[in-house]
Amino acid sequence: MTSIERKSRLTPHLARLEAESIGIIREVAASFRRPVMLYSIGKDSGVMLHLALKAFAPGKPPFPLMHIDTTWKFREMIAFRDAMAKHVGMELLVHTNPEGIARGINPIDSGSALHTQVMKTEALKQALDKWGFDAAFGGARRDEEKSRAKERIFSFRGPGHSWDPRAQRPELWNLFNTRIREGESIRVFPLSNWTEYDVWDYVLAEDIPVVPLYFAKRRPVVKRSGTWIMVDDDRLPLNPGETPEMRMVRFRTLGCYPLSGAVESEAATLPDIIAEMRAAKTSERQGRLIDTDEEASMEKKKREGYF
Amino acid sequence: MDGARELLRFLTCGSVDDGKSTLIGRLLYDSQLIFEDTLATLAKDSRKHGTTGEEIDLALLVDGLEAERQQGITIDVAYRFFATPRRSFIVADTPGHEQYTRNMATGASSASLAVILIDARKGVLTQTRRHSYICSLMGIRDIVVAVNKIDLVGFDEGSFDRIVGDYATFAAGLGFRSIVPIPISARFGDNVTSRSGNTPWYHGPALIEHLETVDVSQDLSARPFRFPVQWVNRPNLDFRGFAGTVASGRIAPGDQVVVAASGKSTRVARIVTADGDLAAAEAGQAVTLTLDDEVDVARGDVLSTSADRPQVADQFAGHLLWMDEEAMLPGRSYMMRIGNVWTPCSVTSIRHRVDVNTLEEHAARRLSLNEIGFCNFSAGQPVPLDPYADNRATGAFILVDRFTNRTAGAGMVAFPLRRASNIHHEHFTVDKAARAALLGNAPLVLWFTGLSGSGKSTIANIVEQALHRAGRPTYTLDGDNVRHGLCRDLGFTAEDRVENIRRVGEVAKLFVDAGMIVLCSFISPFRAERRMVRDLLGPGEFVEVFVDTTIEACMARDPKGLYAKAQAGQIKNFTGIDSPYEAPEAPELRIGTEGRTPGECAEEILAALRARGIAC
Repeated sequence: MTSIERKSRLTPHLARLEAESIGIIREVAASFRRPVMLYSIGKDSGVMLHLALKAFAPGKPPFPLMHIDTTWKFREMIAFRDAMAKHVGMELLVHTNPEGIARGINPIDSGSALHTQVMKTEALKQALDKWGFDAAFGGARRDEEKSRAKERIFSFRGPGHSWDPRAQRPELWNLFNTRIREGESIRVFPLSNWTEYDVWDYVLAEDIPVVPLYFAKRRPVVKRSGTWIMVDDDRLPLNPGETPEMRMVRFRTLGCYPLSGAVESEAATLPDIIAEMRAAKTSERQGRLIDTDEEASMEKKKREGYF
Repeated sequence: MDGARELLRFLTCGSVDDGKSTLIGRLLYDSQLIFEDTLATLAKDSRKHGTTGEEIDLALLVDGLEAERQQGITIDVAYRFFATPRRSFIVADTPGHEQYTRNMATGASSASLAVILIDARKGVLTQTRRHSYICSLMGIRDIVVAVNKIDLVGFDEGSFDRIVGDYATFAAGLGFRSIVPIPISARFGDNVTSRSGNTPWYHGPALIEHLETVDVSQDLSARPFRFPVQWVNRPNLDFRGFAGTVASGRIAPGDQVVVAASGKSTRVARIVTADGDLAAAEAGQAVTLTLDDEVDVARGDVLSTSADRPQVADQFAGHLLWMDEEAMLPGRSYMMRIGNVWTPCSVTSIRHRVDVNTLEEHAARRLSLNEIGFCNFSAGQPVPLDPYADNRATGAFILVDRFTNRTAGAGMVAFPLRRASNIHHEHFTVDKAARAALLGNAPLVLWFTGLSGSGKSTIANIVEQALHRAGRPTYTLDGDNVRHGLCRDLGFTAEDRVENIRRVGEVAKLFVDAGMIVLCSFISPFRAERRMVRDLLGPGEFVEVFVDTTIEACMARDPKGLYAKAQAGQIKNFTGIDSPYEAPEAPELRIGTEGRTPGECAEEILAALRARGIAC
């Protein structure tokens, strides 16, 4: 395939987003001692990883990938993660909060808030400290949620990974302030200016592999709190009289399976997904049970160190 | 797919009451980007926080952080996304109050168009001038004047025309390329997404129509080639590429390029990307260049064509917008980032401060938060730069506080100063090493810092006597003594204290260059200035001696009766009383004086010098 043919597949809009993100990713490699890329296996992580591979070609990205494993991810996600790491030839670090395991924290009995706090937020902080990372890439986008709209591309974290909205640095032009002291760190969001549409358009244009869970398929599900929860293994306790039924469903966002709601859908290909999204009447986070706990809950989680 | 859909980044300027958040909420709502679950939350929130009674309050769609929703104000820059079939938009939603000038500038730095809201009932106000000036300063050339709440003046054509006339008059000098006035009602949607039947006298486009079609292209690709090198890509011994984003112009393999700082010239061999080599690259593309020759190129260098190069200067003039709570003091050292270069930088003088409300120029000795000044700058090394008006990528810079690492200032280069290019360093054959060898000395600065009355001069005096007896050439610079001569024109304000230390530092450097041991005894209350002197000298030549005496002990000693006067209010800006002392965080020597004689303290310093190989 020649470069001209490939280039023509990106719209000017996507080409511009791609160039901006590549610039951001290179900036981190050039400015930090020990960066890491958080890889959460979802479509945004997939795009971010793809951009990183492009940024350093013909070399490899000069940083490892890291996954915070709550042990409750869909089995297909874990299989996909390992296959991707092998395919791209990058080091993959996996961390699970051992204290959370010892305490028996899980999304079903502990509730989504505590599970997220212990197995994601605390686990992430542990992992960053364990390997001494001073910069961590995340795939968050500003269009995802209101409190994200004010997030910097280079988001400053104080000692203990604290996020203080008032300590955030003004970001002018693309002159990122990468200066930190010992014990401080930066979270970097190369996809800040992407929307959900852009991500899927780019996945299609660049032929980026994504977890099959995004595509509609008959899967065993049960109805919980108005959404479909997939019975991914036998750890999901069934309520009396509840039996899994096979339905054509897919996921718009992926996380811990008991917390990820599926939507009924026939969209089994990328163009189908994009068409469905354009007609959608609900936001992608709607399927995420953690956001609905309380108003401004994302801001609270971020203050505590959530990505 | 959307074919050739483009991206337009714009900002909205206006205060809470102008309906700015309502307008953005309206744009998102009407472009159908509000999902059902978001609407459900919005309806709930409208009852709780809303200001529109039973109706949905669109402003709540965009007022994000919990703190500001409770306060009903927007305190930060938020970025919003929406798209129409013709364009994608990123809106920088910025607060309009004067105390948020920095936020507006932040939003403007990445925008190519501004929507300035004016309340139809109030007309052009002071804040309208401020918003327009900041847009102009930040290089925005295309303006939409959205005359909002036109419903509240009965869709009156006369009110609209009056405001448009007023605006045109005052904006004449701001260098805008286009000014498009549109009468709108953000709350009810008139002339936002489609033309309103309520304003039959208005024949221009609806706001969205205009945003979809306005030509804001800067045609960066037609400008001189600039490629700030971001990262050197060396995956193996056979490949050495220079990664970066083309800031302006275009480049093709075979083109001659020049490394701006060194003047070395070579040719582009390949333009490498993950998708294969390119036949050409232009502004905005992130690529990796390989060069024909093994010229010395590093991060921070700028590649250009030989015909049209950036200037290379360490002295330049430009506008500075101050963003930090702690005021900018001329002479204080900050870290500057321009392009991909980090280097120390200070303001040598403030030519004038601009009143953002009246645009009048005033004399100033410092810049406080949200103030804008036109200043002369001195950088730690010559850097490639262009006037900001010619090239944002090579003409914009930030200043960062060296201790807090906060982004403290945003600057725009106006022009390099001639003396930078005309004054060169002369190199003499007899140098510092030669002079030091002749004197049999290891030159350095002993910098005594501490409160007034802490014992700095007393201890320094004993140390100098011992060094002198041992045959070491010394000289003492003392705070009180230099103020009789070298610094007699300076007072004790923060600005003057900075300049005082800057001069002393330069003199100390000359003495070190002459091969001597220099003892400096100065309160020197600010870390930034002590750091500045440290940076003037070579590694190991600056020995910071913190004479650590508590303020209570100093007040009890009060050898010159100064504390008594300060407490009586007879002396202003007295360190420790009404002016701060920033203790050193990691001094080479920390000398506690309480319960010890000056001789014992001096002996501790002499022992440290002996450990450095200085016989004394």
